[in-house]
Amino acid sequence: MDLQTIWFLLWGLLWAVFFLTDGFDFGVGTLLPFVGKTDEERRIMLNSVGPVWDGNEVWLITAGGVTFAAFPKVYAVMFSSLYSALMLILFALILRGVSFEFRSKVENPRWRQVWDMANVFGSALPALLFGVAFANIFRGIPIDASGMYQGNLFTLLNPYGLLGGVLFLLMFVMHGALWLNMKTTGPVKERAAALIYKLWPVQVAVAVIFLVASWFSTRLYDNYLKHPAMFLVILLAVAGLLAIPFLHKKAKAFSAWLASAVFIAGATFFGVLGLFPYLFPSSIDPAFGLTAQNASSSPLTLKIMLIVVLLFIPVVIAYQIWTYRLFRHPITEEDLGYEEAY
Amino acid sequence: MDVVLLSRLQFAAATMFHFLFVPLTLGLSILVAWMETQWVRTGDETYLRMTKFWGKIFLINFALGVVTGITLEFQFGTNWSRYSAYVGDIFGSLLAIEASAAFFLESTMIGVWIFGWKKLSAKAHAAVMWLVAFASSLSAVWILTANAWMQHPVGYTIRDGRAEVTRFLDVVTNPFAILEILHTLSGAYILSAFFVMGVSAWYLLKQQHIDFFHRSFRTALIFGAVFSLFSVVQGDIHGADVARKQPAKLAAMEALWETQKRAPLILFAWPDQEKEKNVIEFGKIPGVVSLLALRDINAEVKGLKDFPKEERPPVLLTSFAFKGMVGLGFYFVLITLIGLYLRNRLLDSPRYLKIMMFSLPLPYIANQLGWIVTEVGRQPWIVYGLMKTSDAVSPIAVSQVATTLAAFVLVYGLLGMVGAFLVVRHIRKGPEPETATA
Repeated sequence: MDLQTIWFLLWGLLWAVFFLTDGFDFGVGTLLPFVGKTDEERRIMLNSVGPVWDGNEVWLITAGGVTFAAFPKVYAVMFSSLYSALMLILFALILRGVSFEFRSKVENPRWRQVWDMANVFGSALPALLFGVAFANIFRGIPIDASGMYQGNLFTLLNPYGLLGGVLFLLMFVMHGALWLNMKTTGPVKERAAALIYKLWPVQVAVAVIFLVASWFSTRLYDNYLKHPAMFLVILLAVAGLLAIPFLHKKAKAFSAWLASAVFIAGATFFGVLGLFPYLFPSSIDPAFGLTAQNASSSPLTLKIMLIVVLLFIPVVIAYQIWTYRLFRHPITEEDLGYEEAY
Repeated sequence: MDVVLLSRLQFAAATMFHFLFVPLTLGLSILVAWMETQWVRTGDETYLRMTKFWGKIFLINFALGVVTGITLEFQFGTNWSRYSAYVGDIFGSLLAIEASAAFFLESTMIGVWIFGWKKLSAKAHAAVMWLVAFASSLSAVWILTANAWMQHPVGYTIRDGRAEVTRFLDVVTNPFAILEILHTLSGAYILSAFFVMGVSAWYLLKQQHIDFFHRSFRTALIFGAVFSLFSVVQGDIHGADVARKQPAKLAAMEALWETQKRAPLILFAWPDQEKEKNVIEFGKIPGVVSLLALRDINAEVKGLKDFPKEERPPVLLTSFAFKGMVGLGFYFVLITLIGLYLRNRLLDSPRYLKIMMFSLPLPYIANQLGWIVTEVGRQPWIVYGLMKTSDAVSPIAVSQVATTLAAFVLVYGLLGMVGAFLVVRHIRKGPEPETATA
């Protein structure tokens, strides 16, 4: 395997890890008004992701940084073409980020309501827009030979793009509900647990429609037909999705959450592997698309960055797992009593 | 207005706002870690209360620093895509290393610190704060290494119309970067020292929580004095290095139009870019700029007129910012040395305390001015000598940038106000009463 291919896969992997970690706290944020009926219940929800959400979001920074380092042309064209969508995501993330810290600092119910809304908006909008953006990448973006974008924000809001948005939002909401089911007790857990059953059929339906629509709207399946072994990735994603209610029923909260993580990673790789060698295909002419070969950094940079990533990412994963284990207990009232708690 | 100007304004607004929070994060994390360590060592509860009081300010400030930092990374792609494609090989790598080697550690450990009071032993909990402090400063090291490459590119070659790395070791040991890192970090540490001293002075003047704020003040005083002194000495070396590597910037900093031997320091100059001269000038001290910049009182310093008109930075802004920063730098040395002299009778020196209270915003100004010198003084280049800022911008519509610029100003303005409100509120509330914390 050449360096560009390795980096292509790492690029997909970093996005997948970002989706399956930050995804559940996006889900929890989106569910805030639906699962948390009282102030205390909402605090339970926020504090259930409290120790980890910030670290999760760095996967986005890393995915962005690695795109910049390994595929500078993709970074340049992708973020300038998707200007409006990405700016919306960034503003949403800003409001969400501060809402955690600001919300519980003041007792006033209206103050808390405002920051709760900021969290809901700041979680749901990125979830939706990341889906819209990636579905459009799967489909191809109208860029010309010089990488100029021939469209606007509304070009992205085509039916397939929107379907991708709904799929992502549902994935993250499900992931968040499974997290709450694992990390809380009392009414929050009960509502989350009930929601999982209600969400699941919808999620299956949307996933199936997305798989079928991808056949008509994208060229993702070309790679699969060439290398049928790749269908295993789709099977893995489907297996994850199917396992969720089964494990949930058996009260295996952690395994059910893990199954959802497998589904998210599988769904991401379904697209990423189908795209290969394109990172950013053009819908105008395939020749204008950016590939792992024509958009990559110099071999020396790819080598240096590979060493950096192989050195640091395992360490990051190790201490993040340590953090998750340290805070694995369900949230209790004592946790909310902390001065520093959200 | 064109896309270049709007994108520059947007980046300036976003970075300057970001850098209202970063310096306090960098310095206060160290002070809080030290306070917590003192608590672990001595078991003295006041140190725990100090950790909690200053720690809470740290957290509010930290949240604002983080969220405003994320937009910066992505703005290179959204607004400066031609720059990104040109330098991604080197600049992008440094940002990616920053994220994986430093920012991850900082963001993960801050969560552990906030929620881990009862999960970890006191020793381990203090160690976590040291990790946060270490990772914040390490983050700065990588980001500044990336910025230094824009100031003085090294270890690269131009191939297929972009910069490619040839000697990575040269990039990470860029002498310009080392000087920039030391200067920026010491500036940040000074800011946090003055922040703690300013708040403490307010309480000491009110005669409340005397022991608590007396200790806070004295801790910060030593920290602030050390780095104020360091910053002036090191700044001199940094300036001399800039003189050799960015002569146009130096000429703009000193408002020097004519190439001359025994180049003077002009205490006050009002430069006029069009007329190519200083319309007001007084306090000329001959030879000082030659001496400071080139280490020889008779050395010839290149004036602005010897650079093509289109390669001169905005002189007025660069020179005012530079002189303001230097003036403040000397003030910080002076005032902290006075503080050291008075350290055992601070409570009897209300005038000094009042001065320190009102000095709180000054390092904020100095830090911003320093960045103006660095960034405005580098113009018209985005990468010094290699790429012009006007060639770096994304092919996007004016309306897009205008909309986001307005959104930045609005959202950041609101966030700034809310953040300030929360910090002030927390300060007014004061530390927890003794024995209430456990």
